[in-house]
Amino acid sequence: MQLDPSEVEELAKALYVRALKLLPPDIKRGFERLSRAETDATARTILGTMVENIAVAERTNNLLCQDTGIPIYNVTIGRNVTFDGVAMTAAIRRGCERATHEHPLRSSVVHPITRKNEQTSCGVRIPIVNVDFDEREETVAIEMIPKGSGSENGSFLQMLIPADGAAAVKRFVIDRVIECGGRVCPPTIVGVGVGGTSDLCMHLAKIAATRPLGTTCSDPEGARIEAELSEAVNELGIGPQGLGGRATSFRVHVEVAATHITMNPVAVNIQCHSARRATALITPGGIAFV
Amino acid sequence: MTHHVLETPVSEAQVRALKAGDTVTLEKTLFGIRDATLIAMFDHGRTTRFDLKGHAVVHTAPNVRKIDPRPGNSCPYEPVCIGTTTSMRMERFTRPLMERDGVRVIIGKGGMGPGTLAALRDIGGVYLAVVGGAAALETTWIEAIEDVDMDDLHPESLWKFRITHFGPLLVTMDSHGGSLHADVNATATARRAAILAKLGAAERPA
Repeated sequence: MQLDPSEVEELAKALYVRALKLLPPDIKRGFERLSRAETDATARTILGTMVENIAVAERTNNLLCQDTGIPIYNVTIGRNVTFDGVAMTAAIRRGCERATHEHPLRSSVVHPITRKNEQTSCGVRIPIVNVDFDEREETVAIEMIPKGSGSENGSFLQMLIPADGAAAVKRFVIDRVIECGGRVCPPTIVGVGVGGTSDLCMHLAKIAATRPLGTTCSDPEGARIEAELSEAVNELGIGPQGLGGRATSFRVHVEVAATHITMNPVAVNIQCHSARRATALITPGGIAFV
Repeated sequence: MTHHVLETPVSEAQVRALKAGDTVTLEKTLFGIRDATLIAMFDHGRTTRFDLKGHAVVHTAPNVRKIDPRPGNSCPYEPVCIGTTTSMRMERFTRPLMERDGVRVIIGKGGMGPGTLAALRDIGGVYLAVVGGAAALETTWIEAIEDVDMDDLHPESLWKFRITHFGPLLVTMDSHGGSLHADVNATATARRAAILAKLGAAERPA
């Protein structure tokens, strides 16, 4: 299969708008689960407002949240696909710009030093385009994540040392969740990276924060910590919007990578309750939103 | 816990009557303000042609559509999606915004810190929490964009919205030292040691 840049451009545009308007089914189910378990009256009201907002966005064909985020495109290329990588990346950028102008969307992207907003949702190295490969025959998957800043500002890295052990990793996560309180728009998905280098550790935390609910860390030790921390964060009493209650997080997600004998890095990246993402598959049969 | 309906602008007595845990619905006028607007006003000495005295500001930067000005509305924008951003980044601007421009009501999400709480107490103001991320719903409370100032900072301009039944909003910080955000943080901090012990992650003695 030959990847067509004009098709990628249209998809990059459509996925940005779709991600901003339709919350994935796993997150909607997450709200149902949290609402059933919540006993605090204020927390129940707040969760109810969030669920109502999802319905209003669908009914009025509007954005779920005003934060159009930093646009991230995760492209996964399968077997027997030929593509021009430069053309593909340029097509994604054009699609992202067109979504911003044609919808229109707020451009939330500025130069980091001058703070100049080009009003395109694009800038130096933005949108972020991550390219990976997998086994699927003649398939290209494009996942679009508009990463909101309230939760992205809840990002932390600590280069712990081996003597600190796994206990310090868990302590770090609990302390950062307390520190963030309501600022990261709970209920959240707490993404945790353990191991790797500093940059890989942070990237693992992002993968964890944006992984669908209901998925589990493929590493058994990571999965164990994930389960323990998921229970622990909802005992803190922070609750939806940080105004008290059980529902601080949908889930803590952990991703791990091997690390150096002298290192014990941990990273936290948080996803807000408007945990938006949209994915499409390109195959010889056409395009399908999944 | 009482519900209040307030039409802006409000008086000092009106905001001092509000207590943490009360709810408020706002009517008439609301201004949108955030990072770049406040940096321009208080770090770079810019002023606005809007009279903010006794008014309410919401921490926001909206999604808008450019339109031709209509009869009765000279502003070239209409709302697309308007929601609320995290307030804590604006912490150091609360006092000057209240002192210099006379703002009495701050609407945001996630709460603010001790500096804001002191300013609310000293000058007479209130912080109202909106449910962050519920912007599609919040947009239905906004009738029109009446005017815009400092639009070179777009989308972080100073926006003037006409509102209808904006809320209910929760009073989470009042002029009597009450802060639900501080209360929740104290609860979480108090529970920390037991939670860490259960995780086998208790702090080592120094």
